[in-house]
Amino acid sequence: MSKRTINGVSRRNVLRSGAGVLAAGVLSAPMVHAQGTGGTLRCGFWDHWVPVGNDVMRRLCAEWGQRNRVEVQIDFITSVGNQNLLTIAAQAQSRSGHDILSFPTWEPSAHARLLEPVDDVVGRLVAKYGAINPIAEYLAKREGSWRGIPAVSGSQHKPSLGRFDLLKQHAGIDVQAMYPAANQVGPGVDQWTWDNFLVAAEKCAQAQVPFGLPMGSFTDAVDWVGALFRSYGANLVDERGNVTVRNNPAVRTALEYAVRLCRFLPNDVYAWDDASNNRALISGRSALIFNPPSTWAVAKRDAPQVAEKCWTFPMPAGPAGRFTPYLPYFWGIWSFSRQKPAAKGLLEFLSEREQAEAQTTTSSGYDIPPFGTMSDFQIWATEGPPTGVVFNYPLKPHHNAQQNIAFAPAPAEIAVQGYNQAINTKMIARVAQGGETVDQALTWAERELRNFARG
Amino acid sequence: MPADTLTAGRTPATHAPGSGSLQRFARRRSTIAFLMTLPLLAVIVGLVAYPAGYGIYLSTLNRTMVRNIGFGNYEILFDTDTFWSVAWQSCIFAITAVLLKALIGFWLAHMLHHIPAKGQRKWRGMLLVPWVIPPALSTLGWWWMFDPTYSSINYVLSIFAVPAVPWLGEPIWARIAVIMVNVWYGAPFFMIMYLAAIKSVPEQLYEAAAIDGANGWQRLRYVTLPMMANIISITVLFSLIVTFANYDIVRVLTNGGPRDLTHVFASYAFQVGILSGNIPRGAAVSLFMLPILAVCAFFVLRGVTRRNKEQM
Repeated sequence: MSKRTINGVSRRNVLRSGAGVLAAGVLSAPMVHAQGTGGTLRCGFWDHWVPVGNDVMRRLCAEWGQRNRVEVQIDFITSVGNQNLLTIAAQAQSRSGHDILSFPTWEPSAHARLLEPVDDVVGRLVAKYGAINPIAEYLAKREGSWRGIPAVSGSQHKPSLGRFDLLKQHAGIDVQAMYPAANQVGPGVDQWTWDNFLVAAEKCAQAQVPFGLPMGSFTDAVDWVGALFRSYGANLVDERGNVTVRNNPAVRTALEYAVRLCRFLPNDVYAWDDASNNRALISGRSALIFNPPSTWAVAKRDAPQVAEKCWTFPMPAGPAGRFTPYLPYFWGIWSFSRQKPAAKGLLEFLSEREQAEAQTTTSSGYDIPPFGTMSDFQIWATEGPPTGVVFNYPLKPHHNAQQNIAFAPAPAEIAVQGYNQAINTKMIARVAQGGETVDQALTWAERELRNFARG
Repeated sequence: MPADTLTAGRTPATHAPGSGSLQRFARRRSTIAFLMTLPLLAVIVGLVAYPAGYGIYLSTLNRTMVRNIGFGNYEILFDTDTFWSVAWQSCIFAITAVLLKALIGFWLAHMLHHIPAKGQRKWRGMLLVPWVIPPALSTLGWWWMFDPTYSSINYVLSIFAVPAVPWLGEPIWARIAVIMVNVWYGAPFFMIMYLAAIKSVPEQLYEAAAIDGANGWQRLRYVTLPMMANIISITVLFSLIVTFANYDIVRVLTNGGPRDLTHVFASYAFQVGILSGNIPRGAAVSLFMLPILAVCAFFVLRGVTRRNKEQM
């Protein structure tokens, strides 16, 4: 039987030719990629809450890759379900994986032995943009060496995010006047203290719009309680690793204050997660939370009538000062990476002002760069409604505030355990909810913290 | 073909010295059996023995994993209040949940058994649904119902003027919620196992019992339960192991809170090991389950063996 042909071309010939073209394409593909390039750089960046936050990272990496003839492969790793922590742990154990990874707050110190020192990059950036904030230094510097570069993408503050209308109506506090969208403070700033915060909390609770302050074991809870304790000078562990809980009057004072404050919070705050406070504000049930502007961004989409009455402003001050919770990400290079120079080049590029501003702008102002000199990006002044809602989200000199991470200045290996096991909020909950005495709660906390230092 | 012809065919000149014994070794039944079980052994060694051994090794390291501290992590855990609280809660959680699952599963199986065969399949399918849904997903659904502020259960209760229940905010309610979800998820497994066991009880035994004048309770007590004893034991043991190792329900529903009062070993091990960056101590927490479960398994399996011998 003769072969079936169409216009003289047999089916077999078509298949043969197709296979040949496919094989040629596959075989030549690596050559095309590798032609004249500096190799492949594999990056695992944090999967941004704001979807376009990933797009800007893709764009910036592609731009740098083209300029330096390096193929940059990017994976975006979510922090949902602690997927990023599991990835870091797996790569650290197997000594293989990406060249660059985004490391959440405590991870650079946990994996310092496996992270390439980046003092040269940080040195050049500091020379250009000034000092990096001390909390980032506390978290990323080990044995005098930077083990990660404080990242722009993903780093956040958690200042006050309040309903200016409700605060004015029920507590008589005009937060827009105190902290206008300008580089100056207004009247009443000196009254923005934890003592007056307690009075405002009581009034708002009576008005059925209580402050939405979580008291569980998630980071929002640990962070704001950490800032509260710090503003009372209440360190649970000192920088040498000594537990300073029981005979520390500052800790007792802060604990007693927090217990009083709990009386004016919703009775289920002990079970709140990081989304509960957001929902409380967006639904109009709460007058104030401590959170990045992501809550406002969601409200802008889902409850615009709430969003247009929101305002971001610094935390109240205590006897030891005013502190803002700060949760930075770091970009680290594994010591087993084969692309260290290229990795350093990319991270330096991403940290430069122009690229940092692109990241912050794309994330609607969410991302906080580590340099104080970068607190003047345009997006923070223009974002709205109301215009200027996030003007006071980054720390500015006139705020007279400092960044804080709970459990600092304890050695990071102790602090990370206290932080993730939420010793500070549990200590409060033991008294406020569990009915223990202050002494019992302090004794419990001291014992837990001592055991963190062992082993 | 005669056997001697075969023997004559295999001349020593065609084989290297010793190859005959090698062939004989390869043809031995034990060798073939070993070779055939080799894939299974490889799986057990690779996926069970090695991870377990590595877990034990990890639990003997210090926090930075550069120094061996023997049983140091266990000593520290024994000195930690939260750990003992977690151990206590794990036992409450596992024992209560398994008992409830067994009782509800038995009751459901008994009910199903008495439904005519035609409609039984439909009910069986519906009752198995909770067990089929991935627990992380179904727990998320429960979490929405228990949500501290927007609980749909509380909404329904409010229609009947019942005050809102702080499902996840109060320790006692949070514990109840966690156990409830575990029972909801696991009871169908017991049901299907028990149903199979009930169906395998010979009808003649019930007929004989009826002739002897046994009532319903006596038939259950002296016929059904003894005939199901082995399957009950094995199911309880299996469920106890799985429930002790439960992670997702606690993680999604309460994250161990409030005040660590709903943590179980697995969720606490994750918090200590992965979140707090102390992998060796996390490994020690998770391995603490091993002796408890080994003791349970020993007694349950001994009972099964004894009953089997009695029946033979």
